[in-house]
Amino acid sequence: MRFSLQAHATPTIWHKIGHVRWSLVALLCLLAAIGSVMLYSAADGALAPWAGRHALRFAVALGLMLLVALTDIRFWLRNAYALYLGVLLLLAVVEVSGTIGMGAQRWVDLGVINVQPSELMKLALVLALARYYHGLNPEQVRRPVMVLLPLVMVGVPTLLILKQPDLGTAVMLLAGGGAVIFAAGLSLWIVGLGMAAVMGALPVAWQFLHDYQRARLLTFLDPDRDPLGAGYHITQSKIALGSGGLFGKGYLHGTQSHLNFLPEKHTDFIFTMFAEEFGLVGTLTLLAVFAAVVGSCVAIALRARNQFSRLLAIGVTTTFFLYVFINLAMVMGLIPVVGVPLPLVSYGGTAMLGVMLGFGLVLSVHVHRDVQIGRHSWGD
Amino acid sequence: MTRDSERHRQFSRRTAVLAGGQALLFAALGGRLYYLQSVQAERYVTLAEDNRINLRMIAPPRGRILDRRGRLLASNLQDYRVLLVAEQTSDVELTLGSLNQIVPISETDLRRVLKETRQKRKFVPVTVAENLSWEDVAHVEVNAIDLPGISVEEGMSREYPQGESLVHVVGYVAPVAERDVKDDPLLDLPGFRIGKAGVERAYDKVLRGTGGRSEVEVNAIGRVIRELDRKEGKPGADLTLALDLDLQHYATERLGDQVGAVVLMDVESGEILALVSTPGYDPGAFSRGLAPEEWRALIENPHSPLTNKAVSGQYAPGSTFKPAVALAALERGTIKPRDGVTCYGRLRMGGNTFHCWRRGGHGTVDLRHALALSCDVYFYEIARRTGIDPISEMANRLGLGVQLGIDLPAERRGLMPTRAWKASALKKPWSKGETVICGIGQGYVLSTPLQLAVMTARIANGVWAVEPRLARRPAVPPGKTPGEQFGFRPLNINPEHLQVVREGMMAVVNSRMGTAQGAAIKKPGMRMAGKTGTSQVRRITRAERSKRVKRNEELPWELRDHALFIAYAPIEAPRYAIAVIVEHGGGGSKVAAPIARDILIAAQEIERRHASPLAAQLEGQEDDEVARWVAGLRNDGAL
Repeated sequence: MRFSLQAHATPTIWHKIGHVRWSLVALLCLLAAIGSVMLYSAADGALAPWAGRHALRFAVALGLMLLVALTDIRFWLRNAYALYLGVLLLLAVVEVSGTIGMGAQRWVDLGVINVQPSELMKLALVLALARYYHGLNPEQVRRPVMVLLPLVMVGVPTLLILKQPDLGTAVMLLAGGGAVIFAAGLSLWIVGLGMAAVMGALPVAWQFLHDYQRARLLTFLDPDRDPLGAGYHITQSKIALGSGGLFGKGYLHGTQSHLNFLPEKHTDFIFTMFAEEFGLVGTLTLLAVFAAVVGSCVAIALRARNQFSRLLAIGVTTTFFLYVFINLAMVMGLIPVVGVPLPLVSYGGTAMLGVMLGFGLVLSVHVHRDVQIGRHSWGD
Repeated sequence: MTRDSERHRQFSRRTAVLAGGQALLFAALGGRLYYLQSVQAERYVTLAEDNRINLRMIAPPRGRILDRRGRLLASNLQDYRVLLVAEQTSDVELTLGSLNQIVPISETDLRRVLKETRQKRKFVPVTVAENLSWEDVAHVEVNAIDLPGISVEEGMSREYPQGESLVHVVGYVAPVAERDVKDDPLLDLPGFRIGKAGVERAYDKVLRGTGGRSEVEVNAIGRVIRELDRKEGKPGADLTLALDLDLQHYATERLGDQVGAVVLMDVESGEILALVSTPGYDPGAFSRGLAPEEWRALIENPHSPLTNKAVSGQYAPGSTFKPAVALAALERGTIKPRDGVTCYGRLRMGGNTFHCWRRGGHGTVDLRHALALSCDVYFYEIARRTGIDPISEMANRLGLGVQLGIDLPAERRGLMPTRAWKASALKKPWSKGETVICGIGQGYVLSTPLQLAVMTARIANGVWAVEPRLARRPAVPPGKTPGEQFGFRPLNINPEHLQVVREGMMAVVNSRMGTAQGAAIKKPGMRMAGKTGTSQVRRITRAERSKRVKRNEELPWELRDHALFIAYAPIEAPRYAIAVIVEHGGGGSKVAAPIARDILIAAQEIERRHASPLAAQLEGQEDDEVARWVAGLRNDGAL
């Protein structure tokens, strides 16, 4: 079976640009703009040091995203495994000679910028899994043996990242990979078994956690346990959120954030600052924007005409959703503090780069939505 | 193609599950936001305000203390302290080293500062040196470039311009101690000082004022961002004392190196015009903080400089008690003024012999003579006749053995024994010999100089039980007596009896036979009446008495008699009452009476000068003339 574009035999670049889902791009730009506006406030009304760079980085990331979006979807299919192995290698490099940042080994120095391989792994894993399931027919998917390789593909990087240690990313890899496998049609009894296995593994995982991670979990269960130490973040974050009220204290007038009661207000806790200054009206609006992004991506996934694209899109979307959910639930005190930024809003280069490359892939799926690709024979 | 559509259908189902789950989770987030920002908003608003707003107390300036003519006894002095902010210097030790070259810092201070800079947050100022003069500060300011992190702050310190002479009246302020009652948030202010002795303590609340408060916005690490609201406090009220600084200084000077006390008061109003206890101590020392060795020197000094002997010193009144015994006997009717008692130099009673101070005896004396001669046998006899309880009752009425409620801390009540007292305190019955010995102010009888002065004032006043007070009393409106105005109780003693006693006291000083005839005031209209007292501090053994009683000069200081004298003046219209005690000074007539005389003269001279505006004017002119004359000399180049 040969692939073919239904409408255009050889689509020009202009056709492709026409097929980019610009409404999604606009939503992403809106999120980044909100990020810059909040970072301006976080710096007490100054572009330096965060707001300006945030906008600049977004511009660069936007360019890269469009580049990815316009790249033929088959290119990503072809190179999925290679990318996965390459990123896995980077992760291993970090394990050997990672530089220390925030007390955890997460960065690899590429000279110009620091790259977080764990960030890239979220995409690489989705790509690899999507390619794997693209090549299987429904019967094969249901066969229990066939889930072993995906488990290895998810497990190896997850363990490496847990060792760094980066609990948030590990959870996201696990859940993101799980979502792809689930969407691919894994037997429900295996899904149930897998969930049971994860539950059973929790006490074991506890043994491997670092002290500070255990402390965070314990503090989450009882924030008053240590109100000035680990519980401080959660308590102050909730105070900032709650004191925002319906309409907020006004832009640049958040007391919790501007008087530094709020920790990490330019990174992981930026939503709290937004909530304090814009109130419930602002937070629900922002939540709606995120929901719209996720919805748009789900629609793209459902519309795609080949399994690889669909799985790729739903994998990236789920990863993005997890980013948003974990961060928001964390700052609202619903889950422990795990150190996950709010995508596109929080300050931080690699997270933004990873997320935007992910949206590049989703957009590429959309641009090439009508491309049909056989399960095995998809060379040109 | 069919296989793919099958996969697509399954994918769509599974995606619907995933998307549905995500939608649910988003909804949960929305619900949580609603809960936090709407339902619980008020609570969190309060918490956020608590976070950012700090209340700070502002210390009000302490009220000044003035004498009756408005001269400063205690005031506030602007002083300076040097602070170090650790975050503003790269090397704390280096900065302190440079500062040490300008303002010497002690080794202990240096260690304390280094410790505090390590313990406190980097932006919190640490006090390096306090009580600095403007000169020191000027040196620091000039070298500011070499002293990063060093800043100078103005403060208030208490100043006592009169020094030791007034310390027992004015007292001092010192930092709040652990045991002080903290009834005012001001007391928690670092470096806040409260009155610890004297009127500084008695009137602490008045002088302190009320603290202001400043509402400041602080950030998470406690740094002040801005002031939101400020409520100024009320400065402490000034306190004017009845004390006359000139008399106080004069009395202090007159006592000189001798250990003792003087209380001079107004017999009408009870106002204390001078209250001296020697030796004194430096009131500023406590405010600054005492070094351990200074403290030890103060408490180990045998002359107990920290004790205000005028109100806390309890002495056997000796013969100064005799007017009280005489009044008790007269009121009781156990003797008539003209009744004679014969003194053979001793009185035998039971198995004991009680000696008169004069070995040969006084012969037959009546009350006036007995007072003038201070005949012990006469008072042994009338005490015996009267009994201890009526004597103590009269003494109480005159102000002895009771708390007088003067506006000073540490007032002691002395002791006027009664039968009931001895039974309960010593579990022994009263013996008659004890009554006899109390009759001359020895034995169990104890009184303070203040009580003796009050007794004298009440005898001189004759109508009212005058009460002593350091703070200036308000003026008495015309048509009212001071006694009514100030709510004194009536004395309720027969005026004739009082007159007899007063005549006896006049004779003490102004008759040929009086024990204090050498101390008489000769100036007409200023004459005084008084009573000497010499109180024994040792027991004279029978063996010593059989040979010869040692003279005071032959004894070590601490075994010599206390010299006492009480007096009032002028005798025609009494105005001033005084009590003088010189510890181990020897005889009352020789040592204490001349001091009382000189102070009473000074008091009347000063009164005369202030009472007559013309005289004051003339005096002023004289001063002006002298000033012109001095100025002329200066112009001539002579000075």
